[in-house]
Amino acid sequence: MKELILVIVGAALVNNIILSQFQGLCPFLGVSKKTDTAAGMGAAVIFVITLASFVTSIIYKLVLVPLDITYLQTIAFILVIAALVQFVEMFLKKSMPSLYQALGVFLPLITTNCAVLGAALTNVQKEYNILFSVFNGLGTAIGFTLAIVLLASIRESIEDNDIPVNFKGSPIVLITSGLMAIAFMGFAGLI
Amino acid sequence: MNKCMERLYNGIIKENPTFVLMLGMCPTLATTTTAVNGMGMGLTTTAVLVFSNLIISCLRKIIPDRVRIPAYIVIVASLVTIVQLLLQAFIPSLNESLGIFIPLIVVNCIILGRAETYAAKNGPVESAFDGIGMGLGFTLGLTCIAVFRELLGAGTVFGVTVIPEAYKITIFGLAPGAFFVLAGLTALQNKFKMPSATNGAGGESVLACGGNCSRCSGSACMANHATLETRRLQAEEDALAAKKAAVAQKQAELSAKLDKKD
Repeated sequence: MKELILVIVGAALVNNIILSQFQGLCPFLGVSKKTDTAAGMGAAVIFVITLASFVTSIIYKLVLVPLDITYLQTIAFILVIAALVQFVEMFLKKSMPSLYQALGVFLPLITTNCAVLGAALTNVQKEYNILFSVFNGLGTAIGFTLAIVLLASIRESIEDNDIPVNFKGSPIVLITSGLMAIAFMGFAGLI
Repeated sequence: MNKCMERLYNGIIKENPTFVLMLGMCPTLATTTTAVNGMGMGLTTTAVLVFSNLIISCLRKIIPDRVRIPAYIVIVASLVTIVQLLLQAFIPSLNESLGIFIPLIVVNCIILGRAETYAAKNGPVESAFDGIGMGLGFTLGLTCIAVFRELLGAGTVFGVTVIPEAYKITIFGLAPGAFFVLAGLTALQNKFKMPSATNGAGGESVLACGGNCSRCSGSACMANHATLETRRLQAEEDALAAKKAAVAQKQAELSAKLDKKD
């Protein structure tokens, strides 16, 4: 139990997927204008990464390893993730329209998000079993949500500030992310 | 031949993926810790890009339109696997330092972007040159950023010491430095009004998702969803109207028949 908590904390804070691993930057910079959209994106990412970690880990352990074709992991994972996202979208649309309303628009964006494939590959790299993979995926996604919601709230509150004209737009967002990355470096000694 | 040269110029200068289009931000920030890493990442991506453009262009008439994206992903993922195995065998040090970012080339927007916008519409030779141009442009962008970061962060360029130990600023070699360098770069581009995706002067992308990672807010995606939804509703309405018309016609025929009988 203690190890599972350590995996979550490690993935969410110490090795934050955005601020120290640089995966999933596109939605981080793009979908962080408003806090509620950022939270929606975060929720969709938590949902998809946790599910994808589970499914890819099962496929790795039960198909790729027994057949000794682990070198096909990249191809297998990206196809599984793409199919999974499509399936989740269709499933949500039919059975949970209210959740689809909230998360639906973000789902197609997530397919080619490197955070999802990155989490699946990290699970393999660190030789996690299925349970640890799911928790590592969950922690990764929580880290993503934490970072994107924090950035969105900072962006909302600096919106009316007097920023030098050349730094308006993406430069100030990048500097904010840099400062956040410095803050997250403080978690390095946590585990 | 002229067209091939034009493709090279387009990729390296006019539509440079790093400086002008701002595509593929994740490897741009993550692998530019040292000049060697940045250049290695750029060249690896170039190799994948050239062959993916070539193969997709050769297969462009065979791949059905509806399944083209999964087909492209399979082609790119196979090439990435080949490149990864080659790196493991011949340049293990580079493979070690780039780590997870080699398999992540699969989801690099530059590769799918070029496949969709260029290779799917043009011949194999032009597409291969487009891949070389775009790849070299990406390599150039990454190497420039990486040289700058290595110089400030470690005081070296390609491993050669330039700035003495006491004057280096370690933070530029770490994660936050990547954000700061890119922020400075885009601010300079804004200042000199250079064409770039950040000040809206960059080339307009024809990708369905909008194709501009740094300004993406999912709005293009939402717009696409809305368009699809209205199209679906329209189709449903049309079908309903057609059905109604058919029923009305049948009824009219029936009543006409009844009138005749009477």
